[in-house]
Amino acid sequence: MKLDSKIPSGDMAAKWEKHKFDLKLVNPANKRKFEILVVGSGLAGASAAATLAELGYDVKCFFIQDSPRRAHSIAAQGGINAAKNYQGDGDSVYRLFYDTVKGGDYRAREANVYRLAEISVNIIDQCVAQGVPFAREYGGMLANRSFGGAQVSRTFYARGQTGQQLLLGAYSALMRQVNAGKVKLYPRTEMLDVVLVDGKARGIVTRNLIDGKIETHAGHAVALCTGGYGNAFYLSTNAKACNVTAAWRAHRRGAYFANPCYTQIHPTCIPVHGEYQSKLTLMSESLRNDGRVWVPDKAKDERAPSSIPDVERNYYLETRYPSFGNLVPRDVASRAAKKVCDEGFGVGDSGLAVYLDFADAIKRDGENTIREKYGNLFQMYERITGEDPYSTPMRIFPAVHYTMGGLWVDYNLMSTIPGLFVLGEANFSDHGANRLGASALMQGLADGYFVLPYTIGGYIAGGGLDDVTTDHDAFKEVSQEASELTKRLLSIKGSRTVDEFHRELGLLLWDNCGMSRSEEGLKAAKEKIPKIREEFWQNVIVTGAGEELNQTLEKAARVADFLEFAELMVEDALQRRESCGGHFREEFQTEDNEAKRDDDNFAHVAAWEFKGVGKESVRHKEELDFVEVPLVQRSYK
Amino acid sequence: MNLTLKVWRQKNGKDKGGIESYPLSDVSPDMSFLEMLDVLNEELMKKGEDPVAFDHDCREGICGMCSLVINGQAHGPERGTTVCQLHMRHYKDGDTIYIEPWRADAFPVVKDLVVDRTAFDNVIEAGGFISVRTGSAPDANAIPIPKQNADLAMDAASCIGCGACVAACPNASAMLFVSAKVSQLSLLPQGQPERNKRVLAMVKAMDEGGFGNCTNYEECEGACPKEISVSNIARMNREYARASILGEES
Repeated sequence: MKLDSKIPSGDMAAKWEKHKFDLKLVNPANKRKFEILVVGSGLAGASAAATLAELGYDVKCFFIQDSPRRAHSIAAQGGINAAKNYQGDGDSVYRLFYDTVKGGDYRAREANVYRLAEISVNIIDQCVAQGVPFAREYGGMLANRSFGGAQVSRTFYARGQTGQQLLLGAYSALMRQVNAGKVKLYPRTEMLDVVLVDGKARGIVTRNLIDGKIETHAGHAVALCTGGYGNAFYLSTNAKACNVTAAWRAHRRGAYFANPCYTQIHPTCIPVHGEYQSKLTLMSESLRNDGRVWVPDKAKDERAPSSIPDVERNYYLETRYPSFGNLVPRDVASRAAKKVCDEGFGVGDSGLAVYLDFADAIKRDGENTIREKYGNLFQMYERITGEDPYSTPMRIFPAVHYTMGGLWVDYNLMSTIPGLFVLGEANFSDHGANRLGASALMQGLADGYFVLPYTIGGYIAGGGLDDVTTDHDAFKEVSQEASELTKRLLSIKGSRTVDEFHRELGLLLWDNCGMSRSEEGLKAAKEKIPKIREEFWQNVIVTGAGEELNQTLEKAARVADFLEFAELMVEDALQRRESCGGHFREEFQTEDNEAKRDDDNFAHVAAWEFKGVGKESVRHKEELDFVEVPLVQRSYK
Repeated sequence: MNLTLKVWRQKNGKDKGGIESYPLSDVSPDMSFLEMLDVLNEELMKKGEDPVAFDHDCREGICGMCSLVINGQAHGPERGTTVCQLHMRHYKDGDTIYIEPWRADAFPVVKDLVVDRTAFDNVIEAGGFISVRTGSAPDANAIPIPKQNADLAMDAASCIGCGACVAACPNASAMLFVSAKVSQLSLLPQGQPERNKRVLAMVKAMDEGGFGNCTNYEECEGACPKEISVSNIARMNREYARASILGEES
């Protein structure tokens, strides 16, 4: 299949406007005849479900938690970007667009990014109208801060809980539509597969997590808003239930998976402290606005950080990147931390940490100002580590945080399966090889509030969607397969737990497909993954039964998918013989250890077609044209 | 350290349930409480026993999924802390720890330590929103909001909907949860048009949800992981009284 990105013609600034006009409309009276299945209730899912219902469509929304408000978008701390230029500091739609394309290391689709920057301003308006309590100045106007890699203050925030407040806004809009009878919620329900009829996505198969019943749902289109695959690494900042299952099973049915090797390693997380560790905790990147990152000049310096004098400290980000300093983008900051630790300068018991120090900021602004800005983050750090960051520097280390890869979508957010739309982190389109801070919330809400509601109309108005019910044979077949998978997992009765397999896979990926990757490591991982998978299917313990609340079974099915997905991730990293953004191949670096792109051969999206478990996937290319933003070596020096 | 865990086990909503005792050894003080339960569950599974079901997700204190009563206290002994952020350094060798689910008629037990909190969603559905269609909003700075009101609204909005307030209340009242949302929206100019209608509808849904009434024990504030103030309850009472007199429309 040839990948058609369906980017509208014309000037960059006019593309979206033109496209909205070109899309056919669905007659308002007919909208209620169309049923949309939205999977996921995070920023993308909740905003899409609410908006589609407002427009008049009948919506069903499925999610694995007990309430839509608990989706992992809730954990985003720092903020949301918008090109409002309320600070008058030189921001514009074009600058946000430019920064995002550059920040993504020239591996994003220009037209999508421009649309995102354009829509960003509407998102803030929408959220304020919903009652999202953004931070304000004394005059009553909205406050902004600069954030991870931006030289303008364009980030809107609600203390350190911006994701929570935006999600609660979308959740309230969603609940209003539930109240109006336009959305039906399916809590504690997991999508196990997508059902295709005549080549189009016409429904899904789900498992009710309370009673274990496998159920089928038919609709006219399906929107996957199921987040990223960061938990492939086991340890990540993702919530425990985040998984690749919905996306992976759609991939198995024909949706291409784009750039799975693009993962974001966030520089400011609390370091790993023991084998039993179940997840990593992010400390908002906003801390880098006031905190200074350093390591001692002397390796294994045992002194307390406060008794190491300034001249014996290496503020490596400030020295290496004088113009951006501590605010370099995430990929650059993470790699720099890894480098100093690899060289033996790391701090803490493991040697896998660097200091993030607020002493100078507290001296300059006073403890109260710092407490007001970061109080909840400092408190969180203190709870986890038992140390007080007001008096001793935090210890931080990079951790897996976000995945830029995802199901391939065209400009309409439609995957290679007609009628299957993919939104938010689950798709691949807007962040290229590295996502800038405060851009994930922007993309999730842009997709849900302002893109899908238009493009899905164009798809539906295009016709060819005869009514299909769950009595159709396709539903029976797919639900039968899902039931068999459950039975198979329960029948193994082996001797290793699901988490043991997951940890083994995660460590393998972290070592070989994490912050830096080499051909040798990737090849070793590629060989090892099928063996872990094979053992999993012979030796995993899944206790209990299928027809009950069974958290082990849920986890086992998700890990089974990670074990297939991981192989594709490694293969993609192997084939991308260049360094770009979060994908750093040791063989491809500049003399001063920066990522070295190969634009002649790799300025494209790799979109993978599934050919069977253990079989080589087929790599398709979508060439990326850079018309507006010239391709240059990224520099933050 | 070595611990004795007394855990509530209940197969499903119909089962009577009861406390089971589990010894657990070599617990590290750096573990979180939930990581300690992970270790217990790994041991149980290796013995072929059913692991303890409990709700959890983000494990950083914001999703509101985790919901354990530890030695009689919702979310355990640390103030302003969810169970997932509670660490074992607060316990000592030889301790016996009782672990139970939220206890409230409005939150029926689903299995072991997992409860059904749909009643909270029903309250929000009844009116915890501002009716604004996507795309119809004015420019964000067209609505100036005094900083002190924005801050108070944010204090209330930081509720994570975990239900600890209900679990801690002797009456299983949901007043802190409901009042936090009522306060947030009534403090903001955007919330004014639906102010009366909202509070009446939400309180009605709260009563229908099977929650008890507030008799000023203030246990809710003490248990709240986000330390939401009971002054929100006072504000909701005022809002309710005002709406009862003026009616839905004004």
